Amino acid sequence: MADIKLSGVRKTYANKVQVIHGVDVAIADGEFIVIVGPSGCGKSTLLRMIAGLEPITEGEIAIGGKRVNNVEPKDRNIAMVFQNYALYPHMTVYDNMAYGLRIRSLSKADIETRVQRAAKILELGPLLQRKPRELSGGQRQRVAMGRAIVREPAAFLFDEPLSNLDAKLRVQMRLEIQKLHRELRTTSIFVTHDQVEAMTLADRMIVMNAGVVEQIGRPIEVYENPASLFVAGFIGSPAMNFIPGQRSGDDVEVGEGVRVPLPAELRAAAPQAITVGVRPEHFVASGGGGPVFKLKVDTVEALGADSMLHCAFGGASLVVRVDGHATPEPGSPVPVSAMAGKLYFFDSTSGRRLRP
Amino acid sequence: MEKRVVFQSKWLPYALLAPQIVVTVIFFFWPAAQAVYYSFLVQDAFGTSSQFVWFQNFTELFHDGRYVESFKVTVLFSTLVAVSGLAISLLLATAADRVVRGAMAYKTLLIWPYAVAPAIAGVLWAFLFAPSIGIVTYLLKKMGIDWNWIINSEQAMLLVVIAAVWKQISYNFLFFLAGLQSIPRALMEAAAIDGASPTRRFWTIVFPLLSPTTFFLLVVNIVYAFFDTFGVIDATTQGGPAASTQILVYKVYHDGVKAADLGSSSAQSVILMLIVITLTVVQFRFVEKKVQY
Repeated sequence: MADIKLSGVRKTYANKVQVIHGVDVAIADGEFIVIVGPSGCGKSTLLRMIAGLEPITEGEIAIGGKRVNNVEPKDRNIAMVFQNYALYPHMTVYDNMAYGLRIRSLSKADIETRVQRAAKILELGPLLQRKPRELSGGQRQRVAMGRAIVREPAAFLFDEPLSNLDAKLRVQMRLEIQKLHRELRTTSIFVTHDQVEAMTLADRMIVMNAGVVEQIGRPIEVYENPASLFVAGFIGSPAMNFIPGQRSGDDVEVGEGVRVPLPAELRAAAPQAITVGVRPEHFVASGGGGPVFKLKVDTVEALGADSMLHCAFGGASLVVRVDGHATPEPGSPVPVSAMAGKLYFFDSTSGRRLRP
Repeated sequence: MEKRVVFQSKWLPYALLAPQIVVTVIFFFWPAAQAVYYSFLVQDAFGTSSQFVWFQNFTELFHDGRYVESFKVTVLFSTLVAVSGLAISLLLATAADRVVRGAMAYKTLLIWPYAVAPAIAGVLWAFLFAPSIGIVTYLLKKMGIDWNWIINSEQAMLLVVIAAVWKQISYNFLFFLAGLQSIPRALMEAAAIDGASPTRRFWTIVFPLLSPTTFFLLVVNIVYAFFDTFGVIDATTQGGPAASTQILVYKVYHDGVKAADLGSSSAQSVILMLIVITLTVVQFRFVEKKVQY
């Protein structure tokens, strides 16, 4: 068990391309951190730097208070779960889990106890003598986690471990990882591009974009208080609606004659070009208290419990979430009002959220 | 929908196959059948008459001390060629897999020897190690080693092994390199995090995962040492001194062409044929099944 501290961490490749532009984060002991971002944002590279598989160009990484920049992966006391599991194909499940323990010269009895305990937690008991190729995707995933657990490391590092599983299994394994973390309370860093995994698993999440940390916070905080256009658009499904507009007096004009009043505390520092953000669930049929949008339904996605209405507005398309039992037909007009307190204002040029 | 190409004509497919079939029949099946036929005959010294003697040629062979000796020489030679060839190639492939800068240049240079004909490889090494004018001999002499493979049978064996191995390294190297590159990098990383040192990673992960390749190459190299090294030996030691490098395939040539004992030579060819058939069967059986993880 240990805390992990990253300060000013940067990564530049030999061809002078910088992929991580200075990351600072302090991860508490026992915390479950999810690093989320689109592919190519540098999240896996950051994880591999923590693991010791990629050299650190600048800055410092400390695990348990000890600087590990020049420490070999094996001596960092971490365990990693890979995206493609990286199980040793010629070894049985038991040997896969015991491999690291044998290298650390644990006694046979000790290895047996640890492997059996991990097998019990992960329900791998009957599979211990099988080879990886005789296992299903979900079972392989479990073995990969078992291999990490038996080591009893200071931290678990997960590199998109669920992305090779089918949708149903992914949900199931997500819950199992959650349960496992509740039981073991080991510091964990989990990399994913799936914002649902990030929302459901994280104690705190780090949203990354193009090698930069956009925001760090508890999932609900990030959801309710996104720091930038990128975070607002990335977290939440379906994504937040963005309506570009121009400031005119104390309002933002967003086209079609709709004026969104700018909250008093934002007026002082507000720029000319402002993007208004509204989440699909914050459009209501009436009584929202915010500006009214007269929309016309283009297409309907019926998801059962609720439906997503894709409506034309100006040149853009807005998504409105409605009750699945009262879905209007395509082509019908839907006047909706945005909920007054749930509007987000962003500087269109910088992408930053407007703050008082 | 029928995905295969179906020929309407009855004779066209056979016509298309004909060149391959003709070559195979003329250069493989016919000589093989001839060898089998001659192996049952004994000819007189002038080749004017021959007598059908059933298995007499074979029984005589196995009572012939020189043939048994040649068998031993072949086993020693092919073991040395296969083992040292594989070991050196694997070492080179591991090194080439690691280098980043100039990797292409190393790989290209390592593949070149394969383009050299066996006889030329033999001559090349024979010159380098020639007892009177060889540059290696000169250097060895300076180091106090008396090198003369023309009279020293161990040195003669060493020379043909070196020439034969050098020739085959490229081939082994290519297969090993491909094998190494097909091992996922994440496996090595997982092992590194599990605490395995590079040496340990090699013996516990890389080597077992390469075992299908290694086994395949082992059979190929044995076949190579048995049959394809004729040129190397003919260009260097010609089986000498005192038949100490006379491997089976060279003895076939020697007895048939030089000693003009066609019956015995043919019988030896038939035995070699059986050996290569066995090796091929082993190859197909085991590569598919046993050596898998």
